[in-house]
Amino acid sequence: MERLADYIVYNLPFLQQIPRVIVDLIIMLFFATCMLLFWVALFAGITSWVERRVAGRIQSRIGPNRVGPQGFLQWIADGLKCFLKEDFVPAAADKKLFLLAPYIVFAGMFAVFVVVPFGDGLIISNLNIGIFYVLAISSLVVVGILMSGWSSNNKWSLLGGMRSAAQIVSYEIPVSLAILPVILLTGSLGMQDIIRAQGPYPWQWFAFHNPFTFIAFFIFFIGALAEGNRTPFDIPEAESELVAGYNTEYSGMRFVFFFFAEWANLYIIAALTVTLFLGGWNTPAHLYTNLFGLLHRSVDVAGTFVFILKSLFLVFVIIWIRWTLPRLRVDQMMDVCWKYFVPFSFANIVGTIIWMVLADAAPVLGYVRYILFVVGLMVPLAIAMKITRNFRLAKSEIHLNPFI
Amino acid sequence: MLAASKYAPVVLLFVIALAIPVLMIGIATIVGPRRLGVKKKVPFECGTEPIGDTRKRFSVRFFLVALLFIVFDVEAVFIFPWAVLFRQLGLFGFIEMAVFLFILILGLVYVWKKGALEWE
Repeated sequence: MERLADYIVYNLPFLQQIPRVIVDLIIMLFFATCMLLFWVALFAGITSWVERRVAGRIQSRIGPNRVGPQGFLQWIADGLKCFLKEDFVPAAADKKLFLLAPYIVFAGMFAVFVVVPFGDGLIISNLNIGIFYVLAISSLVVVGILMSGWSSNNKWSLLGGMRSAAQIVSYEIPVSLAILPVILLTGSLGMQDIIRAQGPYPWQWFAFHNPFTFIAFFIFFIGALAEGNRTPFDIPEAESELVAGYNTEYSGMRFVFFFFAEWANLYIIAALTVTLFLGGWNTPAHLYTNLFGLLHRSVDVAGTFVFILKSLFLVFVIIWIRWTLPRLRVDQMMDVCWKYFVPFSFANIVGTIIWMVLADAAPVLGYVRYILFVVGLMVPLAIAMKITRNFRLAKSEIHLNPFI
Repeated sequence: MLAASKYAPVVLLFVIALAIPVLMIGIATIVGPRRLGVKKKVPFECGTEPIGDTRKRFSVRFFLVALLFIVFDVEAVFIFPWAVLFRQLGLFGFIEMAVFLFILILGLVYVWKKGALEWE
């Protein structure tokens, strides 16, 4: 943000007469509001449409295709519809908590965007506690979910809220422990520092840095899915047993804000994974200056593009996972967390330390990242081969055109 | 930039994050209909009359999970500052943290053996 502010002040001389702190704050306010309205809201809305379309294709149906071209405006119609719905509180509900819960969930989710980077210099505030702040603030969501579950005076809500809280707090631990190897390697908690410690090419990413970060990447990603109540960890809102979980009693706009937070969380999961393990906005330097040299260096267009592209791809993967895998049972979910992820995360921390010490002594270990990159490359290849094999066996028609 | 103004956006974003829902829910309350009824306010229970009260005793498992969370999350918080300064602290820091992690893992093994991680 500072560099962007520098650039703006440099080009608009009349701003130089105003104290710099005020200019910074105004730019920040502008950027934050723009981000909420034009990025988070658009993302949340459009992703809801994309998810329904993708779900449709995966389940051999079409999905929403009536409002606008290819049903693209469906999310606006849904939003407008929710504006016109009655906002009511069930009898015997704890009214104050019931009304307050959506605000807490939304604020907890949205405040995370302070430290979500969008590019080199494009971050609302590059706090030096970056990732730690994310862990702290996103815990607010649990409070909101518990409030909504308990206050609704509905058995489904209560069960959903309790399950959700238990799940989120459980997975908080492997997730925060899986971040530690990255912090050990970086020596900083700041989001931009973590990204700068990586490089533009895949083998320079932390995911492939050493075997322990490779495992940590998967633990983090899966744990983040569980924290976002996404399938295969969606027991809190299991439709077949709990109607809708903690938001069963909500209607109209309040309901929308729960879902708003859920879609926004989708992007947060993806952006954090990209930041921590997949190289963030790093782009090869020559591409940066040659291709996008049109703009001042403070606006890293190529980097922002790369970052958002990676994030959106991960969002697609999350949607894909949701519509592919069945739901875990509650005991299985707890087992996965406490008996596998937590011990493995501890082992990762110790392993990373040993790796760092060894790598100082023997630089040969630096080549392991190439091997890991090849291994990592095998995963999508194996999936692609399995898909083509399944298609061949099923002798089904393949529709590559996503628009019908 | 001042150190304090680095945190100003946090406050700012909280204000925005509260203002937007207040605004939108406010509009929805004005625009939306208000047709109250006795049956409408009954908590949803698949269309039947609710059986019993919701506010009763709840499985202690959830309390146990919350306890475990507090123990392990606070420990994880302690590891963070050490991880940042790992390079500077050197061998001393490493041994200190090894002892800490050992006790922590011992705690996990104890909890595991006690059966607190089983979910019946």
